[in-house]
Amino acid sequence: MTSSADSSSWPLWEVFIRSSRGLSHVHAGSLHAPDATMAIRNARDLYTRRNEGTSVWVVPAEAIMASDPDSKGAYFESAQGKSYRHATYYTQSEGVKHL
Amino acid sequence: MSPENHQHAPLHLADEADAAAALAEAEAGQNRFDEIIAEDSRIEPRDWMPESYRKSLVRQVSQHAHSEIIGMQPEGNWISRAPSLKRKSILMAKVQDEAGHGLYLYSAAETLGRPREEMYDQLYSGKAKYSSIFNYPARTWADIGAIGWLVDGAAIVNQVPLCRASYGPYGRAMVRICKEESFHQRQGWEILYSLSHGTEAQHQMAQDAVNRFYGPALQMFGPPDGDSPNSQQSMAWKIKRFTNDELRQRFVDMLVPQVEALGLTLPDPELKWNEERGHYDFGDLDWDEFFAVIKGNGPLSRQRLEHYRKARDEGAWVREAAVAYANRQSQEQDQAALIGA
Repeated sequence: MTSSADSSSWPLWEVFIRSSRGLSHVHAGSLHAPDATMAIRNARDLYTRRNEGTSVWVVPAEAIMASDPDSKGAYFESAQGKSYRHATYYTQSEGVKHL
Repeated sequence: MSPENHQHAPLHLADEADAAAALAEAEAGQNRFDEIIAEDSRIEPRDWMPESYRKSLVRQVSQHAHSEIIGMQPEGNWISRAPSLKRKSILMAKVQDEAGHGLYLYSAAETLGRPREEMYDQLYSGKAKYSSIFNYPARTWADIGAIGWLVDGAAIVNQVPLCRASYGPYGRAMVRICKEESFHQRQGWEILYSLSHGTEAQHQMAQDAVNRFYGPALQMFGPPDGDSPNSQQSMAWKIKRFTNDELRQRFVDMLVPQVEALGLTLPDPELKWNEERGHYDFGDLDWDEFFAVIKGNGPLSRQRLEHYRKARDEGAWVREAAVAYANRQSQEQDQAALIGA
């Protein structure tokens, strides 16, 4: 019953869908498929049955490199405490038009 | 001290240090996990999570996936006999959706570290559980209506709160599923509506289907809260948001105006509006039957599994062909590249 052709031993692909022109691709889910062509085809069948997309990407799951969730603090905290990166930090210009 | 001990002592110390480090790590992980749950945020696949949370989720999500896959059968049976081309097309779309729901959920369970093949094998061997409702036969075309209206209706009431489940991939899969599910319920309701407003025999067929599926559909929410051992923990982990009985009540309240609009009745003499509670009271369900079906003694339990096994075995050639095709494509590409060079 279980052969090497079993769908579960096929590589895992992550599916990304662009819902309309001008937007970025967003992760929709994943699926197993023997190669990229079939992964695209299956992604179309599985994730875009109701006009969800205008474009589909599939990426081999193992090709995705991710940041370590445990080092979230150290990794992203440098963005904190830098309020001067935001426009709202600058208050002197309030009330001045087109600024 | 013997030389033997000499050799062992440092090793033993290293083990202890490792164990201490692992313990500290687990403690930090548990704290972070508790924080995320408390602030109603989501746990993602690579986050630390208690083993029991992982196990409980794997069980729930894979059972849910199995239910979708087995759930294709009662309806798949009727595709060839649906009364019009339109009804056939609708039913095919619905069965295709259910296959898709199963796949979304298997994917979500896989992110918890459970291999897909293992889940398939558990269903194959009969070890895995799935919703007891699918062990009942779809005897008439009206049953397809009742399944859509009552079974998918109960599924929606159950699934909408699951969109907020604390485990990210599960919640996201549920959002996708719920978007597709409401079409299922409406098409079922419409089938019953057509029959209910047809000939006397058709009306009776619709009523009969509702009579048979009403009780089992109410049981889809699981046993009464007092007999539901996992509920408390699932609520604390924010996997579940409401108890079985709360969801069942919500469902009954929803059904009454709908059955009136159908021109049919629900088969419960004790069903009546309770002014004080602001809800409908309803009679007890046959829980002995429920537990018997869960144990694998439903009317079609054996047949459903056999059919699943047959489909998987007989479909093996399709999967093999897909692999052969993919291999040939890549060989041809390699050759083309060689010629090109």
